[in-house]
Amino acid sequence: MWRIRAMEERVGQLKRAGEVHGLIHLSVGQEGVAAAVCGQLRDDDAVYSGHRAHGHTLAKGAPLPALLAELMGRVGGLCKGLGGSMHLVDVEHGMLGATGVVGGNIPMALGSALAARMRGGDAVAVVFFGDGAVQAGQFNESINIATLWKLPVVFVCENNGFAEFSPRSAHTNVERVSDVVAPYDLPRETVDGNEFAAVRSVFGRMLAGVRAGEGPALLECLTHRLRGHYEGDPDRYREAVSKAEWQEKDPILRLQRQGAADGWLADGDPAEFEAAARTEVDEAVEAARRSPFPDEALAASLVRAGGKS
Amino acid sequence: MTNETTREIPYIAAINEAIHQEMARDEDVVFFGQSVGNNPEDPFVKAFGDGRVRVTPISETAEIGMAAGAALAGKRPVVDCTMAEFLLVAMDQVVNEANRFHYMSGGQVKAPLVLKAGYGFTAGWAGQHTGSIYGMFMGIPGLKVALPSTPADAKGLMATAIRDDNPVLFLHHYLLTLEKGPVPEGEHLVPFGQAVVRREGADVTLVATGWTVGHALGAAEQLAAEGVSAEVIDPRTIAPLDTATVLTSVAKTGRLVLVDQATRHSSVSAVIAAEVAEHGFSSLRAPIVQVTALDASIPYSKPMEDFILPDTGKIVAAVRQVLGAGVVA
Repeated sequence: MWRIRAMEERVGQLKRAGEVHGLIHLSVGQEGVAAAVCGQLRDDDAVYSGHRAHGHTLAKGAPLPALLAELMGRVGGLCKGLGGSMHLVDVEHGMLGATGVVGGNIPMALGSALAARMRGGDAVAVVFFGDGAVQAGQFNESINIATLWKLPVVFVCENNGFAEFSPRSAHTNVERVSDVVAPYDLPRETVDGNEFAAVRSVFGRMLAGVRAGEGPALLECLTHRLRGHYEGDPDRYREAVSKAEWQEKDPILRLQRQGAADGWLADGDPAEFEAAARTEVDEAVEAARRSPFPDEALAASLVRAGGKS
Repeated sequence: MTNETTREIPYIAAINEAIHQEMARDEDVVFFGQSVGNNPEDPFVKAFGDGRVRVTPISETAEIGMAAGAALAGKRPVVDCTMAEFLLVAMDQVVNEANRFHYMSGGQVKAPLVLKAGYGFTAGWAGQHTGSIYGMFMGIPGLKVALPSTPADAKGLMATAIRDDNPVLFLHHYLLTLEKGPVPEGEHLVPFGQAVVRREGADVTLVATGWTVGHALGAAEQLAAEGVSAEVIDPRTIAPLDTATVLTSVAKTGRLVLVDQATRHSSVSAVIAAEVAEHGFSSLRAPIVQVTALDASIPYSKPMEDFILPDTGKIVAAVRQVLGAGVVA
């Protein structure tokens, strides 16, 4: 979680400094979900994410230097600098892809799940999406097919209460995403997404069922994005949480308090974890800076697999 | 790559034969759609089972998106999307997801999938089921578009589409569905990006796709009786588009008539006209003429439908126009 936090905060700085290009959506405040979910997955499990994908990609195992190099548009990036923040792919670690159009990733996860089942074995697909995607048609289409065909897919909704710039109440009368899918009769639960242990435990249980061939499940994680929808968003559509309130909600601080209370975290550990994460990020940024920008010859060479014809 | 034994079968049977043969050849080929495998007697279900052949709900976005995900995961899905207009329901998945994944991932993944759909049903189906809407797809990066005009090409282009590592829109013309022609029995592959010269000629070049190829050949036959020698080219795929064959022909004939069932401003002919204007201008002895549908929806009424579409008479008239406009060197 500290690795994601340190990376995201640094990406925000790099964006303001002009070293990160384009539209950037940070997941500061939502790290608990990415860590708790991806930490239980294998490389042969496919993960799909959306426009806020940095945390999921790192948590799924992508190397930090290549991830940062991608965000900085360098040829040494995960996608050679051709994909960027909203289109992160790391096949080696099963990060099948982030898609920038809200909801576009949901049916694609069904495809990975279908392929996994046809291959045999117990690999699954997991798709992350926000509560905004639930009002898009492909969500309903996909829940229907996934349940109809009992596909091994876990739908993970990060409900941060805001669909782009509007509160959920402006988009739908249904408060809980887990209630939207009620008629489909699949395991569905809403948890506090800022509580790492809760996400880990509920997702773990769902994952076991999905791996065992029991069909899909939906996990709604109530989270809070600390920053605007995108970097530079004036964020005038919602009230900022107070510092004290955030101290209470912050998934990292909560886990640390829990660890201290339960005795598995020593006094000096949190500072050490944070320092190690920030050092790792510093080194990764330096490595990314050493990677050149892509050569012009690359611009049209990967349009189609197998060359231009 | 063609088995020489041929027999006469309909265009639609040729398409199904290609899918069947490719499914037998490669177990990663899966086939689904709203009207696929919806009964146990379906020949695809019988041959390959209901795991690889699946009927889907009316959920275009999920069907195509699922095909995209399965393709990224190593399958080769063929989705029967029924009508080309149904692709419009799922536009994000058709033009903005699978087709970009190879590029956006820096070459890490491939998305080998085929979207099969019929188009151009100008037989009274009117506004929303008759369009020749391929023009809007031909400039989409990463997408390939095939427009077979004969049963043999229908088979060969489908087989090639299934083996291709990219998303392919395979658009078959509804008015050709039952047209018969010689089709090779065994493996038959038609390469993408290679136009075919359907008839050789010296005085004028005609380029036509799909159903209009027959009209162009009919016009060429009629013109031959008048002593005019027309060359007829069928691009077969419009992405990739073989402009070299057209330019070579225009260098020989000096005159170009483009025939297209699409609305003019979303047509293949507009693209070819631009390419020839830029790269073949010095060969032209007359302005290029385009015989396309009007920029209107297809009307219901039969005489109006005829009025709006290209036909043999309009092609012959266009050829006479370019011959009459000849510049004396």
